[in-house]
Amino acid sequence: MTWRDEWRRVQAIVWKDLTTERRSKAGINAVVFMGVLILLLFGFALGPDTEALRAAAAGALWLAILFSGVLAFNRSYQLELDGGALESLLLYPGSRWAIYVGKLIANLVFVLIVEAIVIPVALVLYQVALPPGWPALIGVTVLGTVGFVTLGTFYAAMSSRSRAREVLLPLLLFPMLIPVLLSAVEASTSLLGGDPMLEAGAWVRLLGAFDIIFLVASLLAFEYVIEV
Amino acid sequence: MGVGTVELSVAPARARRSTGMLIGLGVFLLLAATQAYSISISTPDRDMGHLQKIMYVHVPAAWNMMIAYFIVAIASLRYLWKGREKDDLLAAAAAETGALMTGLTLALGMIWGKPTWGIWWTWDARLTSTAVLFFIYVGYLILRAFVDDPDRRAQWSAAVGLLGALNVPIVYMSVRWWRTLHQVQSSPSTLDPNYTLSLRINAIAIMIVVLFFIRHRYQTMQLEAAADAMHERIALGDRGGINA
Repeated sequence: MTWRDEWRRVQAIVWKDLTTERRSKAGINAVVFMGVLILLLFGFALGPDTEALRAAAAGALWLAILFSGVLAFNRSYQLELDGGALESLLLYPGSRWAIYVGKLIANLVFVLIVEAIVIPVALVLYQVALPPGWPALIGVTVLGTVGFVTLGTFYAAMSSRSRAREVLLPLLLFPMLIPVLLSAVEASTSLLGGDPMLEAGAWVRLLGAFDIIFLVASLLAFEYVIEV
Repeated sequence: MGVGTVELSVAPARARRSTGMLIGLGVFLLLAATQAYSISISTPDRDMGHLQKIMYVHVPAAWNMMIAYFIVAIASLRYLWKGREKDDLLAAAAAETGALMTGLTLALGMIWGKPTWGIWWTWDARLTSTAVLFFIYVGYLILRAFVDDPDRRAQWSAAVGLLGALNVPIVYMSVRWWRTLHQVQSSPSTLDPNYTLSLRINAIAIMIVVLFFIRHRYQTMQLEAAADAMHERIALGDRGGINA
């Protein structure tokens, strides 16, 4: 099995998952709607005071992304299980990690599309003006999303096949994501304020380290998780 | 399934039970003795008064929870490597004990914090990362509760246990950057010599308690696994079933 073959498998899985989603659009509609709804709820909970909303914007946005995105991961395996397709997927020759990487990329694209809709809504609702250094914010968002999706795809491989899957995934996932939440929120807040203390860099490095460590660990451990 | 190693018959199980009771009694007496010694010997602290004595459980519990989690990580790794059921059961027993110690550390810390700092809870690095650690391992235990198939439960919880252990230093570092207030943690070098010996012997006593808990839960889980295998055999009319 060469790397090229594995990469073709990865592409096939990404294509398959994204096509399924594109044709039904059921998942993306629900998740985007949920994200916007959570943003609204935060607005109501924190009151109409614009200053308070603006200060809490990064935190509320990230929680909206986590709470809505988590709905997508179980679904990604649930569709396979409903059709009895996971067994066939495992029967194909090739490495198990190709399945993980394929699902990971498909989920990443999915969550990034959700963010592309939810983030502008958050900027409008919370009346946040973009700072001049806004491209850095996109970088932070992508890094945070990679960490979120890496662990989400990994844990959903288990939770989707257990009892009480809707409860299990957030219980397993959210405590693990605290470093991602902290660094993404702190870096975004700092960048939105123009990064006066130049502290965003340290948080971005932490995010990068988290992503790499858990990407490698999940790749290695996925085989054990999917084969039983 | 690897249950063939545990053959159940009533007599050895009964003998094991009385050994366990004896060891448990010994461990309890040891802990009671070290606690009684420390409480009677240590003079009230200048700032904290008798409140300081919470330290004799709080600090050892915090140290020993790390030992328990270390056992979880090692046993999980060994399970993935060798695939033996007993490593899985050991990891589960250690995770239960570790979660208990973490809960104890948090609860006692809050009881101590209210009169000393004036607050039950603060978003300080050490407190917050201990709470996150607690949730990571409670998640591990919940996963075990939600999966019935023993092989699947073992594989999955080993992976979750390892990833959780990997995350401990990252959580700690990220929370420390975020906020810091906790005093430098108590260790023999930061203490009045008056308290040092007490802290040390209690750390050892609680370590023995932790090891006893792990051993006890481990044996119970082995018996449970053996009982499950026996039920299966009986249900299949003693023909051994699919796993024999």
